Amino acid sequence: MWDFPFLPNQASTFAAEVDAFYFALVGVTAFFTIAIYAMIWWFSVRYRRGKKADRSNAPTSNHLLEAVWIIIPLGISLAIFGWSAKIFFEIKTPPQDAMQVHAIGKQWMWKFVNEDGKYEVNELHVPVGRAVEIKMISQDVLHDLYFPAFRTKQDVLPGRYTTLWFEATTPGTYHMFCAEYCGLLHSGMIGKVHVLTQDDYDAWLADAGGSATASSGGGSGNALVDGAKLFEEKVCHTCHKSEATAIAPTLVGVYGTDVQLQDGTTVTVDDAYIRESIKNPGAKIVAGYQPAMPTYEGQITEEQIVQLIAYIKSLK
Amino acid sequence: MSHSHTHGHPKGLVHHFDDLKQQNEAATLGMWGFLITEILFFGGLITAYIIFRGLYPEVFLHGSHMLDWKLGGLNTLVLLCSSLTMAFAVHASHEGKPKSAFNYLILTILFGSVFLVVKYFEYKAKVDHHLIPGSASFTFTEGGVDAGRAQIFFILYFAMTGVHALHMIVGIGIVAWIATKVRNNAFTKDYYSPVEMTGLYWHFVDIVWIFLYPLLYLIDLTKVGGGGHALLDTDTLMKLLG
Amino acid sequence: MPAEHYLNVKYGLKSWLLTKDHKRIAMLYLISVTVMFALGGLFAGLVRLELITPGGDFLSADAYNKAFSAHGIIMVFFFLIPAVPAIFGNFLIPIQIGAKDLAFPRINLLSWYLYIIGALLGISAILAGGVDTGWTFYPPYSSQYSQSHVLLAGLGAFIAGFSSILTGLNFVVTIHKMRAPGMTWFRLPLFVWAHYATSLIMLLGTPVVAITIVLLVVERLFGVGIFDPSIGGDPVLFQHLFWFYSHPAVYIMILPAMGVQSELVATFSRRRVFGYSFVAFSSLAIAIIGFVVWGHHMFVSGQSMYAGLVFSILTMLVAIPSAVKTFNWALTMYKGSISYETPMIYAIGFLGLFVIGGLTGLFLGAMGLDIHLHDTYFVVAHFHYIMVGGTVMGFMGGLHYYWPKMSGRMYPDGWGRLSAMIIFVGFNLTFFPQFIAGYLGMPRRYYMYDPDFHIWNIMSTAGATVLAIGYMMPLFYMAWSWKWGRPAGPNPWGAKGLEWTTQSPPTTFNFDETPIWNEEAYDYDPEEAEAEYEREFGTIN
Repeated sequence: MWDFPFLPNQASTFAAEVDAFYFALVGVTAFFTIAIYAMIWWFSVRYRRGKKADRSNAPTSNHLLEAVWIIIPLGISLAIFGWSAKIFFEIKTPPQDAMQVHAIGKQWMWKFVNEDGKYEVNELHVPVGRAVEIKMISQDVLHDLYFPAFRTKQDVLPGRYTTLWFEATTPGTYHMFCAEYCGLLHSGMIGKVHVLTQDDYDAWLADAGGSATASSGGGSGNALVDGAKLFEEKVCHTCHKSEATAIAPTLVGVYGTDVQLQDGTTVTVDDAYIRESIKNPGAKIVAGYQPAMPTYEGQITEEQIVQLIAYIKSLK
Repeated sequence: MSHSHTHGHPKGLVHHFDDLKQQNEAATLGMWGFLITEILFFGGLITAYIIFRGLYPEVFLHGSHMLDWKLGGLNTLVLLCSSLTMAFAVHASHEGKPKSAFNYLILTILFGSVFLVVKYFEYKAKVDHHLIPGSASFTFTEGGVDAGRAQIFFILYFAMTGVHALHMIVGIGIVAWIATKVRNNAFTKDYYSPVEMTGLYWHFVDIVWIFLYPLLYLIDLTKVGGGGHALLDTDTLMKLLG
Repeated sequence: MPAEHYLNVKYGLKSWLLTKDHKRIAMLYLISVTVMFALGGLFAGLVRLELITPGGDFLSADAYNKAFSAHGIIMVFFFLIPAVPAIFGNFLIPIQIGAKDLAFPRINLLSWYLYIIGALLGISAILAGGVDTGWTFYPPYSSQYSQSHVLLAGLGAFIAGFSSILTGLNFVVTIHKMRAPGMTWFRLPLFVWAHYATSLIMLLGTPVVAITIVLLVVERLFGVGIFDPSIGGDPVLFQHLFWFYSHPAVYIMILPAMGVQSELVATFSRRRVFGYSFVAFSSLAIAIIGFVVWGHHMFVSGQSMYAGLVFSILTMLVAIPSAVKTFNWALTMYKGSISYETPMIYAIGFLGLFVIGGLTGLFLGAMGLDIHLHDTYFVVAHFHYIMVGGTVMGFMGGLHYYWPKMSGRMYPDGWGRLSAMIIFVGFNLTFFPQFIAGYLGMPRRYYMYDPDFHIWNIMSTAGATVLAIGYMMPLFYMAWSWKWGRPAGPNPWGAKGLEWTTQSPPTTFNFDETPIWNEEAYDYDPEEAEAEYEREFGTIN
């Protein structure tokens, strides 16, 4: 209780630059605040009523001075803008080879599915020195995934995937918060992110017990397995077959490719397209097929969609 | 009138104004200011309309087909007539003919009421066709578009026409109130700005309808069953607005 | 005290509740807005008490969420927006421009009733069990998930919105059409310029949030709406429409306080405000640019990167007129004849706090940093520096400056200065630690928090206690002065301007004759002020 922390841990590739930028702005603020206070102080003492001072020809306007204090703040604020835009682009542009993690926010917990289909709740294990891209969606209201130590956050919306990425630099355990008010237990929607060395991370991956959340995953404790099961339960497999006569396009090897649509345009098969095709199958029909699929709107959770995506991705 | 001390206090001049000219100018500026806020009020709805029409052009096309463009057209005509009689009423007040002004105001009320009656039947038809968004029985099968999204069209339809109809009801109330004042000879050739202001309001409400009618009823009447036009490129819009 | 004035022309409740006198309506607002301020402050107290400890020891999570929502809704819609314009604008604009009343006195009274209806709906939402959405009402939580009284509170904000539209309309028409002969645009007090800019925002922004609230209410009532993602609607659209108003609304809250600030600095320095026209136009510039920066509330909302860039650079531009104002106020004191009565203490406090509040706005307008700071206590600290350090300081300064005009009596200045200094210290102790907690990563609207942030919250709550004491003091000495204060006379501060040529309190129609004005604004001469002081008190050194 009696320590006075000023900075969160610096644990991502952004952290140092964001902090440097922050301190630069603190410097600008301190400079102008002190300058204004000094001016007020000086005038207050010197021109206090009753105190002898030269008050003749007191100026009431000066265009040069006005120009100076328009141009200098303009220059400073444009410089701030430039630097902040550079940082913003870095934080908003995940590298191509980033490790893919899915996150689902729901009142009031975070659920993660990593590349191998492993589930985690309110905890996330990532290897150090590797870019991690998190694709996020909300099952209900707005949330926001926030890692202060990585200096990044992103709103999590219902109905649409948003992404966030970071590359952790220092092994350790750090805060994970929900930063968008989401109702009763908003402040309880928190967790920990564990940054592990590659060896520790591999060991953690190999440990089948992992985090004890298998039950909430819908069975097996692995999203790939659950997705495959769901693919049959929802009878997807009866139409989406590899045979040429199937009434729906095959899903083997399609993830990440471009497909031609009925109206002549093309679309990349990614998470958003798969999700849309499950919820609103008529929206983008693949060329050569009829709109025959029923909608699953209201019959499938975001988590199940993530399981299906994980499964479809694994079909090679 | 030029001297505020003289006892010839002109009819209708309120104490805190210097003269009628100032008073009339203030009233006119006030009314225009108010109408600007009204434009922004409808502007919020029209923004939402533009965005969703850009996102789901087909839904709006098929949704529009469920509206009766003939009844909407009839109502447009009725409102244009009401604006004409309103203009005549203001003109008659300007000429100092309260009797004729009164008659024109009554005609305006009549046209306004016809509009609302027609609107009532239109709404009733929507209830009969299960087009009330949010109700469990909402069904929309036109053109195979998503019924959920069709609800967005009908939410906007009801919000826009509903808010407009509310303005019509308020307008009829104001016109009725002004008509009784006209009948009681409350105005003169020099002082009839309340009639004029009521007229401005009435014309504004008409103009709003002139925008709503094509936006809602006349989305590409020639194209039945085909693809609609996007007002904006969907992907760009999605990217920009999220 | 003058024999007849606006307060004693008539007595009885009816003479107040049906009054069309802009000054009486201002007093009605003063009472009702003060009540709402106290209520909002009470909820702030509950929030700060809960946050003394990291755990949830004092309130339940539900009660906490309702407390911060009530604090936000009351303070924004029922205190900050009406505070300076509806009280001081109402009272002073007609007098400052030489008019007998506002252009539409009946509409002015209607505004007050709309405000009261809105406030009562807001209060009834709280009494009925509260609202837990925060003042921002973001869907889909507010439209589909919250079990609380969103409809009542939304309706209250909606109706209060029309109160502010009508007030703005009244001001615009009055300033355009009712200026006395000789009172040209560039002779207007900067207080009037600031209110003119404010009124434009009220007229152009408020209707948009009104229709947005209607759409939200529809969604809540019917279970579907255009913000509902499950049918293809977009919750982010709500944020766009909401901030299109609510960011300019921030300027509705601060611009009138800036107007007060100009008056105070000029009067107590006995100097014409430095760069008068720059200060006047900077108000308009703030109002205009304020309409195109709303997206800076949404850098992490899922809005595109490019939209973010545009909103960020526009946000940087708002810094310019704010800087212009600040420098001009400071330079107004140069070669002045400065005295330190209570209002001037507030003016100096305003200047210092506004610099910090404004510059920390740059931290948040800078996208790369806002990603980290968004929705943390840094944001809370920033807008309290503007809203409390700016608007409330301006409000208190204005109250102490115009009180002699409004009541006809002086309050004890020593007590006034003491409470001003307590408020300044308490304010900084409350909100400065929140900047640090915010950068550390403490999210807002958290009922329980990590022990890492503990010390800063202890300091903040301690400061809030000091602040509360500072705010309570004026209640007592102002009330005392209403009856026992020394009569103020027409111009207790030796100030320039039409309002100081009328008796205190003024008569119902302010002036017997429409006045003719031949002076420039702030026609002060510091040397003359010194000479006068010397004649009276001799020199000091």
